[in-house]
Amino acid sequence: MSFLMSLPTLLHSAVIFGTVILFGAMGEILTEKGGNLNLGVPGIMYLGGIAGLCATFAYENVYCVRAGVSPNIAVCVILCLLATFLAAALGGLIYAFLTITLRTNQNVTGLTLTIFGSGIGNFFGGSLNKLAGGVGQVSVAATSEAFRAYPQGLVNALDRVTGSLGLGTLLFSYGFLTYVALALAIVLWYFLGKTRSGLSLRAVGENPATADAAGINVTKYKYLATCLGAGITGMGGTYYVMNYIRGTWENQGTIEALGWLAVALVIFATWKPLRSIWGSYLFGMLYWAYFYIPNLTRSSKELFKMLPYVVTLIVLLVVSLRRKKEDQPPASLGLPYFREER
Amino acid sequence: MDNENIQYAIQMKHITKRFGSVLANDDVDLELRRGEILSLLGENGSGKTTLMNMLGGIYYPDEGQIFINGEEVTIASPKDAFRCGIGMIHQHFKLIDVFTAAENIVLGLEGEKGKLNKEAIHKVIRDISDRYGFEIDPDQKVYNMSVSQKQTVEIVKVLYRGADILILDEPTAVLTPQETEKLFAVMRNMKADGKAIIIITHKLHEVLSVSDRVAVLRKGKYVGSVDTRDATRQSLSDMMVGRAVSLNIDCPKYDNPVDRLIVDHLSVRSKDGVLRLDDVSFTARDGEILGIAGIAGSGQKELLEAISGMQTLEEGSSITYIDPKTGEREALDRLDPLDIINLGVRMAFVPEDRFGMGLVGGMNIVENVKLRSFRRGRSIFTDQRFPQKQATQIVDELQVVTPDLNRTPLRRLSGGNVQKVLVGREIAGTPRVMMTAYAVRGLDINTSLTIYKLLTEQKMNGVAVIYVGEDLDVLLELCDRIMVLCGGKVSGIVDPRQVTKEQVGLMMTQLGGESDAQ
Amino acid sequence: MHSEHREPLIRISKRQGMPFWRALGIRLIAVALALVVAAVVIFAIVHMNPIRVYLSMISGNFGTKKRIWYMLRDTAVLACIAIGLAPAFKMRFWNIGAEGQMLVGGIATAFFMINFAGKMPTPLLFVCMLLSALAFGAIWGWIPGFFKAKLNANETLFTLMLNYIAIQLTAYCVSKWENPFGSNTVGTINSQTKIGWIGNMFSKGNNGDFGWTVVIVLALAVLMYCYLSYTKHGYEIAVVGDSRNTARYAGIRVNRIYMRTMALSGAICGFAGFLAVSAVSRTISTSTAGGRGFTAIIVAWLAKMNPFIMILISALLTFLDKGAVQIATDYGLNEYASQIVTGIMLFFILGSEFFINYQLRFRGKHEKAEKGGAAA
Repeated sequence: MSFLMSLPTLLHSAVIFGTVILFGAMGEILTEKGGNLNLGVPGIMYLGGIAGLCATFAYENVYCVRAGVSPNIAVCVILCLLATFLAAALGGLIYAFLTITLRTNQNVTGLTLTIFGSGIGNFFGGSLNKLAGGVGQVSVAATSEAFRAYPQGLVNALDRVTGSLGLGTLLFSYGFLTYVALALAIVLWYFLGKTRSGLSLRAVGENPATADAAGINVTKYKYLATCLGAGITGMGGTYYVMNYIRGTWENQGTIEALGWLAVALVIFATWKPLRSIWGSYLFGMLYWAYFYIPNLTRSSKELFKMLPYVVTLIVLLVVSLRRKKEDQPPASLGLPYFREER
Repeated sequence: MDNENIQYAIQMKHITKRFGSVLANDDVDLELRRGEILSLLGENGSGKTTLMNMLGGIYYPDEGQIFINGEEVTIASPKDAFRCGIGMIHQHFKLIDVFTAAENIVLGLEGEKGKLNKEAIHKVIRDISDRYGFEIDPDQKVYNMSVSQKQTVEIVKVLYRGADILILDEPTAVLTPQETEKLFAVMRNMKADGKAIIIITHKLHEVLSVSDRVAVLRKGKYVGSVDTRDATRQSLSDMMVGRAVSLNIDCPKYDNPVDRLIVDHLSVRSKDGVLRLDDVSFTARDGEILGIAGIAGSGQKELLEAISGMQTLEEGSSITYIDPKTGEREALDRLDPLDIINLGVRMAFVPEDRFGMGLVGGMNIVENVKLRSFRRGRSIFTDQRFPQKQATQIVDELQVVTPDLNRTPLRRLSGGNVQKVLVGREIAGTPRVMMTAYAVRGLDINTSLTIYKLLTEQKMNGVAVIYVGEDLDVLLELCDRIMVLCGGKVSGIVDPRQVTKEQVGLMMTQLGGESDAQ
Repeated sequence: MHSEHREPLIRISKRQGMPFWRALGIRLIAVALALVVAAVVIFAIVHMNPIRVYLSMISGNFGTKKRIWYMLRDTAVLACIAIGLAPAFKMRFWNIGAEGQMLVGGIATAFFMINFAGKMPTPLLFVCMLLSALAFGAIWGWIPGFFKAKLNANETLFTLMLNYIAIQLTAYCVSKWENPFGSNTVGTINSQTKIGWIGNMFSKGNNGDFGWTVVIVLALAVLMYCYLSYTKHGYEIAVVGDSRNTARYAGIRVNRIYMRTMALSGAICGFAGFLAVSAVSRTISTSTAGGRGFTAIIVAWLAKMNPFIMILISALLTFLDKGAVQIATDYGLNEYASQIVTGIMLFFILGSEFFINYQLRFRGKHEKAEKGGAAA
């Protein structure tokens, strides 16, 4: 009973949690549709998160403090998103250059990027924490506030009308990036399924030799998909930093765990953007479920946190068992492409 | 020839292409006139596909010039080829399995960014189909298509792109006679519409039936071209082979052939449920070469794999091996390759795709030879010396050319040397049953003759040899009996001394032969 | 339409092999370049003379006897995981699950140390610890092997997921075994009695040396080298790795090899967990593997499955790690600098493989390259 009562709050936390991995998964779907399995997702999320944090810190806590002005919200947000995207896409570019141009092994390169990214993230994050006065100190209050802002009036009004359902809170009480993620998933779905460029990208991921023969610039598509994908993945890092832990930095390795969960979500969603939306919220619910189930010991909570991974494994097995063509990974996923191979 | 009056769609001049030390095309000239169908004829490995790939933008010539409609062009990519109006239909279809026909057809088209307009695309596809007589469903997924349907998609794809020069690389290799006829009809329609077409083939009757002119390549060099109406099978064959080749393969008789392997009611389904072998029955005997003839993909591969234990057989199939010493009958039909080895049945198998099955490309000769002997002895370690000795022997006896027995990966050797290693290894295992699939494909004539000699030697040693081949002349001279397959069924088992090549050819395309040696 | 004779700017083709010393040279250049880039990065952050920074790195590894032992110990554990991955990779089976396999091995070890110390003879306890670690690791490796064999389930993704299941399993065990209560850590197991500890080889008392760990891993490297190069199993693994069909053809039961080899791979990773708990940290936590399962993948790959080269690469990475931590201490940075330096190093070594496997030909230098190729 009490579990049912707490369902709206569970959903609420699930959405915030889910959005982090939704960004990660969407970026990875784009990358993998181009045939590149980038295991650097956690690293890229670190890069995105720390770049957004550093940029806004420099603006809000250094520039504005010195100049004695109050930070401009629009500048905060734009600066943060720009820095996030650029840093993450740069990480993607390193990966792309190594795997596409230098034909290094994708798994190994991705893992290296994860080591590198988490190093960069935690190194600068640690230094930032020191500057802000300790771990967990809010370093960019104004920016984080801006990221989490929502129409309070509308939410309250709706909540009053819907009573214990709390539809206002459930639907409209998230920062704008939450909705950007949703919109992006739809755009991605449209792009992959309904446009010519999307068709070309999928062709590259399925069979680069065929795409090449059809006159598609395989290298260009792979580079673009990897770098743009990394940029989107990086947004997950910033969402985590700004919305989830409210403008602080922690180095417990949570971003890394979330990054792998994003990789899991790609499998769970069988490389389909729309499926990744509800998949991400489901993962969020599975992850937080322990919080709302009464009388759990601390140890059994840890077991509950296993759920998203277990569910993903089951999906992976079911997909392998059913062998439905439309649910399989892109056929050339993980393989390098070299035209004059013979 | 009067150049003023002839309009050339393509002129290739002094084209040379090397792959490492291999000269694939050597100073080749080729011309294609507008509104004609040109056959490009040549044996396997004569450089036809390489030459065409340079028109398709897959390879870039090391030397030489290409003119399209009289203007010199550079074709550095498939895109450049499209721009020149060249559309190439490769032997291995370049289609994406999970896409529909329409999606494959419009794939990679430039200048039309943005949304995919399904209606408009379907309309153009229907127009093309109506004009030339194709049957095509734009919404069908490629993985649900037959080979011939896939080929149709490939052709519509290049027409959709507005190609007026079409290159078809061995389009009939995978088609049934009816499908081939349909294809030729379409080609004639396209020619009537002003398209220029090159068809690569080595089937002479097709050359004669469909083309206006024939150009011949031999060992990477351009031999010449003739108008089809002035050509005969004999003259073309002479141009292709260079000299009238009488194969003169010995076929000595072995006394008292004994039944060794009895295949009865053998049926095999492919993974997607298609019946590949349908109720096949025959007996292989000691001291005989049993030839298997049939157009490519008639179940040859499945047959040999089924005997060697690599296929799941349908209910009611049986494969029986008769032990030469004890005369006991062993059922092989439920066994996998290891079971067969453990039973003591010495079976040799030279499969069709050497690196896909049979050899390990990344390993050296000795380690590849080890593949058949690594289980020797009870120790957990492999015997290193034995394969070394065997490999040295094979290299010496078969004159395998290799830089280093123990270092050079097999993949770096030439096709002929690779095949010698494979055949040598299989023979070294002193088999009782020896199966070969297209054992001479891609090999030069001398290596081929060596292989025939080896097989005949095996036969005379009392081995039951099963030889899957494609060259009917060879089959007729080499084999003691020939089983003809057609669509997975046995079309007949014949005595090669009593049938003509034409009769066998007929049996390959339609069930039921007149003569029956058994 | 263009009429000039245009050729692509750069053409890339596969090399027909390269002499050993030249390949080595390329790799050394890559390492040197990486050190330069890392130095530039460090200089940008701390504004210190890079030479002094590198001296500080060396002192971080070799400064004291203790540091040398730490370096050797960490090299050994990292190499141990990589050695465990070697048979799987040789089979072209992407075992990304070393992290998890190591953790379950660690859990099994810790379980016996905590619950049976003093309740059974210590030699028997060691046997139980060891066997259970091997068994748990083997099971954790066998599972993805089984599903690859039966359903052709993607092993990269499968083993990746199993890592996190293992991590949560560890978190579960940690909260069950926590000591003292409420700390959410296990603390040093048997800190008084030292039962179940693999002790020092050369010295008595607390001045730890890790001789046993180093010796064990060296022995393991030799064994693995022999296993892969000279045994029937090793040969089967190599054939399966190159071509599944050829393996079937030769009567090698591919599915069985997948399961057997993955069980072996997991068992050795589980053994690394045993070492990490019994010989190194004497505790268990979710960071017992600490990402080394992932790093080892890169080590094994770069070493091309040769156990001795794995030890060398492990040493290089450990050197960088310890060195960067030392810099961090000396100059007041945090220890994550080591991951940055490691990442840079790996990027360069990975990239260098390209210049070993492929050759570039630039437009216009065509003739020259051809002649050079003919001479070589």
